[in-house]
Amino acid sequence: MRSNLNFFSDQKFRSLFYQTLVVGLFALGIYYLTITTSYNLEKRNIATGWSFLNNPAGFDISFSPFLDFKSTDTHLKVYYVGVLNTLLVSFTGCIAATILGFFVGIIRLSPNWLLSKTAYVYVEFCRNIPLILQIILWYSILLQMPRIKQAIEIFHGFFITNRGLYSPKPVYESGFSTVFFFIVIGIVASIWISKWSKKRQEKTGKRFPVLWVSLGLIILLPLIVFYIAGSPMSFNYPVLKGFNFKGGMVIRPEFIAMFLALSIYTGAFISETVRSGILSVTKGQREASAAIGLKPSWIMRLIIIPQALRVIVPPLTSQYLNLTKNSSLGIAVGYADLVHGFGGISLNQTGQAIECMVITMATYLAISLIISFFMNLYNRSIQFKEK
Amino acid sequence: MTTENFTESRKPPIASTGVLGWLRLNLFSNWSNTLLTILLVYFLYQIVPSFLNWSIFSADFTHNYLGQLIIDRTFCTRVMEPELGGACWAIIFVRFYQFIYGFYPIEEVWRVNIVYFLLVVAIAPLLIEKFPQRKYFLCFTFVFPIISYFLLAGGFGLNFVSTKQWGGLLVTLVLGFTGIALAFPLGIVLALGRRSKLPVISMVCTLFIEFIRGVPLITLLFFAMVMLPLFLPEGITLDGLVRCLIAVTLFQSAYMAEAIRGGLQAIPQGQHEAAQSVGLSYWQTNRKIILPQAIRITIPTIVNTSIGLFKDTTLVLIVGQLDLLGIGRAVLAAQTWMGLTIEVYVFVAIVFIIFTFSMSRYSLYLEKKLKTGINMGAN
Repeated sequence: MRSNLNFFSDQKFRSLFYQTLVVGLFALGIYYLTITTSYNLEKRNIATGWSFLNNPAGFDISFSPFLDFKSTDTHLKVYYVGVLNTLLVSFTGCIAATILGFFVGIIRLSPNWLLSKTAYVYVEFCRNIPLILQIILWYSILLQMPRIKQAIEIFHGFFITNRGLYSPKPVYESGFSTVFFFIVIGIVASIWISKWSKKRQEKTGKRFPVLWVSLGLIILLPLIVFYIAGSPMSFNYPVLKGFNFKGGMVIRPEFIAMFLALSIYTGAFISETVRSGILSVTKGQREASAAIGLKPSWIMRLIIIPQALRVIVPPLTSQYLNLTKNSSLGIAVGYADLVHGFGGISLNQTGQAIECMVITMATYLAISLIISFFMNLYNRSIQFKEK
Repeated sequence: MTTENFTESRKPPIASTGVLGWLRLNLFSNWSNTLLTILLVYFLYQIVPSFLNWSIFSADFTHNYLGQLIIDRTFCTRVMEPELGGACWAIIFVRFYQFIYGFYPIEEVWRVNIVYFLLVVAIAPLLIEKFPQRKYFLCFTFVFPIISYFLLAGGFGLNFVSTKQWGGLLVTLVLGFTGIALAFPLGIVLALGRRSKLPVISMVCTLFIEFIRGVPLITLLFFAMVMLPLFLPEGITLDGLVRCLIAVTLFQSAYMAEAIRGGLQAIPQGQHEAAQSVGLSYWQTNRKIILPQAIRITIPTIVNTSIGLFKDTTLVLIVGQLDLLGIGRAVLAAQTWMGLTIEVYVFVAIVFIIFTFSMSRYSLYLEKKLKTGINMGAN
């Protein structure tokens, strides 16, 4: 009895014992799950394996802006369309939410009482209402827009209807690649110029109008090339014919509802992190920069924001991850994302729940990992560099 | 001794005190501020009155503009005379029972009411530190889930009520509170596991936490709905609500674990060493020294993640459970109330705001209290 007790109070033995126990239980659990699952699958006549990916899907997807999808296409293509749609709404949502969040976060600290209180009401309302409710609410508002027959033209060629926003579609002709090439050149050149001007300013103190020059390089230069090349792009305007629009392109209400709800909801959260980030910069920084005569806008841009970013970026990353994961709620309004198309309809049609769920979850994990990887890189680049 | 004659101190100029001074300082401090104020006032003037008019002044509550009692959509002023009417809140009054209890049999509804009442009794001592006789009430908090389970589901002479008949606020609260209550101990275990010195245990916990945090809740709900039945041996079926609860609990426990881990990391190493030097074991150290301190400082974070969970319970409507929002959708799907979407969604939103806003106020209050407590300790 006594020797047994001594044996167990040996730390090495104990740690080995517990870990073996966990591994053993884990293996037992997996073994048990495999047995019951394969038995259940056999009994319900559910096929296993990945061959279903090459079978025709047999259903249509209403929203597929990048790939042309027909109902004879395979489940694999349903997956691709779903991933692209998820990425599309997450990416646009992240950008809009960031802009909105920074804007509202700065406004919340405005000395104007009315302005900061309005921003406060927005933040509290949008943070505290479940996202799915907001998505459904936006969707039902969009569905109450006028019918196609009574479409409102807000701008030449842009129509608001209950079936989405119709807009002109750009048609690229031969020669547009040159214009595109010059856009890329403009971007590369302006990046180089901003680096060069920073170096020169550090050495000589002379400043260079980087913003104007890069705007000229990115917008004006391709525009000139565009006209020289003979305007190799035209617009295909939507025209009302019979019961529907012909030509142009349409942004579906499902996408608009998702985009609005995701960016407004996440924007409210981002504004709070921005606000606390700005508040984390000590008052002395602001006073010191005012004392050396910087303009208020420069104080914000050169002194406050760079320091606040160090505090803002880590929670911002988790907001981006949340937004991406929340884009899976598109299923509530029928937005054809990964969960709705592949994890929903494909799963129901093929019955291969395990395969579909594994792929769907693995994809979300991969997207999350990629986002955190890039945000960590960015985070490292803005942190304090000790010299 | 000479008496000195001080000139009487002047009062501050009227323009910098009182209402006028406040207005000047906060709304009209310079021209850009003034412009902003005017623009905003105009903007609010465009929105607020018409919203108030729609939601209150020209809205129907129980009777329409002709004084008739509203029993379905055809009686709503806004359906009869689109120019006259605003919101038609009658849908909420007529369907109030469904919103609060779902399809719970009306002769058994007293049981739900008792549970609602006991919920308040169980939660109050948790939130209020100076609650009289707190210890005894906290004991009740621990047995409350068992009592309410039998009250809601039946047993001990009470008729059985299937969870298919539960709905509305009842399901939202059951999911929210059970999820939080079960996830809390699970989260503690996971957090301790992740920080464990045993590599295998720490790896298993880390993998679990990161996996759950990396996928959306909706995929976990799908997982619980379509895959869980495949994992179970023959003859055992799980109720739909229970399956949702499993998914919600696992999801919440990962977030809870990360919150608690933050608290554990904030406890200085000296506390561990001191506890070990007086001969406390691993479990004793954690139970008596580390966890009480760690949990105290993480309560605000825990409340915040709980708010997130409370909002996320609405996702169960996608897998066919009728929570508050699900009941709203079901009510709207009926021919008798079609088209009153905005009213229903606004009502559901208000109910959620009441819960989540008060939770977030509570967490702010705790944070403030904690901050002053820590500062006093440092002094």
